Amino acid sequence: MPEKSTALRDRLRPGTPAPVRTSAGLPPLVRHLLLALAALAVIVALSFVVDPFTNVRLATVGYYLIAVAGLTLLTGFNGQVSLGHGAFMFIGAYTVALLVLYVPGLPFWADLLLAAAASGVAGTLAGAAAARLHGPYLAGATLALAVGLPAVTQRFPEVLGGSNGLGFTVNSRPASLAGTVSTPQWQAWVVWTTVLLALVVLANLTRSRFGRMLRAVRDDEVSAELSGIHIGRTKIFAFVISAVCGGLAGGLQAFLLGTAAPGSFSPVLSLSLLAAMVLGGIGSMWGALWGALALVYFQAWSEDLTHALDLGTDIANNLPLAVYGVVLIVVVLAFPQGIQGGVRALWTRLSRLSRLSRSRSTEEGHR
Amino acid sequence: MNGFLALTVNGVATGAVYAALGLSLVIIYRATRVINFAQPALALISTYLAYSVNKATGSYWLAFAVALAAGAVLGALTERLLIRPLRNRTELSPVIVTLGLLMVLQAVSGMIWTNEPQSFPYAFDFRGLFSASNLFTVVAVLVTAAGILVLFRFTSLGLRLRAAAFKPEVARMLGVRVGLMLTVGWALAATVGALAGLLATPPFLFPTVLDGVFVYALTAAVIGGLDNPAGTVLGGFAVGIGLSYVSGYLGPELVTVAALAILVLVLALRPNGLFGQAVARRV
Repeated sequence: MPEKSTALRDRLRPGTPAPVRTSAGLPPLVRHLLLALAALAVIVALSFVVDPFTNVRLATVGYYLIAVAGLTLLTGFNGQVSLGHGAFMFIGAYTVALLVLYVPGLPFWADLLLAAAASGVAGTLAGAAAARLHGPYLAGATLALAVGLPAVTQRFPEVLGGSNGLGFTVNSRPASLAGTVSTPQWQAWVVWTTVLLALVVLANLTRSRFGRMLRAVRDDEVSAELSGIHIGRTKIFAFVISAVCGGLAGGLQAFLLGTAAPGSFSPVLSLSLLAAMVLGGIGSMWGALWGALALVYFQAWSEDLTHALDLGTDIANNLPLAVYGVVLIVVVLAFPQGIQGGVRALWTRLSRLSRLSRSRSTEEGHR
Repeated sequence: MNGFLALTVNGVATGAVYAALGLSLVIIYRATRVINFAQPALALISTYLAYSVNKATGSYWLAFAVALAAGAVLGALTERLLIRPLRNRTELSPVIVTLGLLMVLQAVSGMIWTNEPQSFPYAFDFRGLFSASNLFTVVAVLVTAAGILVLFRFTSLGLRLRAAAFKPEVARMLGVRVGLMLTVGWALAATVGALAGLLATPPFLFPTVLDGVFVYALTAAVIGGLDNPAGTVLGGFAVGIGLSYVSGYLGPELVTVAALAILVLVLALRPNGLFGQAVARRV
């Protein structure tokens, strides 16, 4: 009896540190890896039953997911607003494109790593500037990054392909799989393997000491500093990690599409990443998944709607942008927790219901 | 030398436009600590309305007046409908809502007036080194800036606006209608923004025409300190002239990147802008 009440008190006491071991009894890293493996198995199974078109869409969700997850780490966990994450995707995509064109011998995973490294370097620079900025200043500077960087392609047209961009093909599929696995299927596997690996890293980081430092800096810089956290370093590190995620996303996009063109990295891309993060739920990595799904399917639905209603091209071209904008406004005004907030509320209610019914059944057993 | 002079004159004219849009950002920032990312879109809609009026009636000045009035209405509506409900939220909320509004308004203008460039007239003749149109731009912006300065410094409305912005609680106790003052501030800012749109747009109007202008205006406002209208006007001219040289000597593609570089450099040296004042941190 005494042990029981202590346990209860521990659970009720506010601010009790979360136990290192989870309910499953596994350390977080193992649990995240198992979850990722399960997710990959689902993706592979899914890729066999759906048509090639949906496979491409599946891969698209994958690379948006990692971009939005990086943004979630930066904005949701660390409180830094970036309106320029499309710029890191731009760097990742062009790094992959240039490597495929000029260093064809390199395996694709090395291209991706180098793309991640390149945007990591850019993220360090941006982060070093960002660490000194706050709120509106940071938002403005990152917006300038998103508007300005793609224009660089016009400056070096012979290397970067001008406004048409670069076209190429990546042949990464092993020859032995040629008969059994289609190209879109293989692409979905590659994208999701990369994304899930990166997500495992992110999920562990956010649960670690570093994750708590991020949140401490977000919630109160002064008290974070007083408790010995180096604010500038933490902010820069957050920026670098999220830039690496953006670079990976861009590299994977280039791999999937076989092109890298400035038109795909307009400020609208950066803003729609932000929209996806807000819609999914700012403070949660799961929110990134809902956001990425929304990005892909808003586009798809608005195309379907255009066909069904036979809307003019002027309306059709602008429909996704209008939808993102309305979603941003409505979510911030009415549902600040986003989709993940709704999911969480539902989950709490369900688990309370099940606990209630369980306690009722034990009562009956006693009787 | 002639090239240098031409670039300088051109820089002064474009700088005036950046100063105007920058001013519209500063007025709102002073009052509500919000950067209105929808400002270019409000100006865009105003300018498109001017385009339609001009096309229907043939009168440039009627169109001009309609745009300014539309700006005032749009600004007031934005404050009342979207910004006021967010009073007690985090810093991020108004940023996201104004970005959402930016996307909606850009999309709507594309739906109504197509994404294709439409020709939009200059106020006066635009030919020559320092054309009548350039002169009008510079004079219009300087007069507006002076008007704003006088309004804030020397009128009772200006005093109430400042009181509502700096000490809303005290102002309310002294009988200032704080909410109304915020709405007036937004309307005023969006009117100045509409003026910037009218001056910046020619010769062609399309939904993303003000994106770049907005980045430069923000650069100007940040250099000026976001809190300081006079600094912003100076910053606008400095950015305009500086970027004109970049465009002329290094290439027009590098202008936005140069603006970014200026922004980062200034903020790295002085995180609150060249003319801004640091706010003491409370512990």
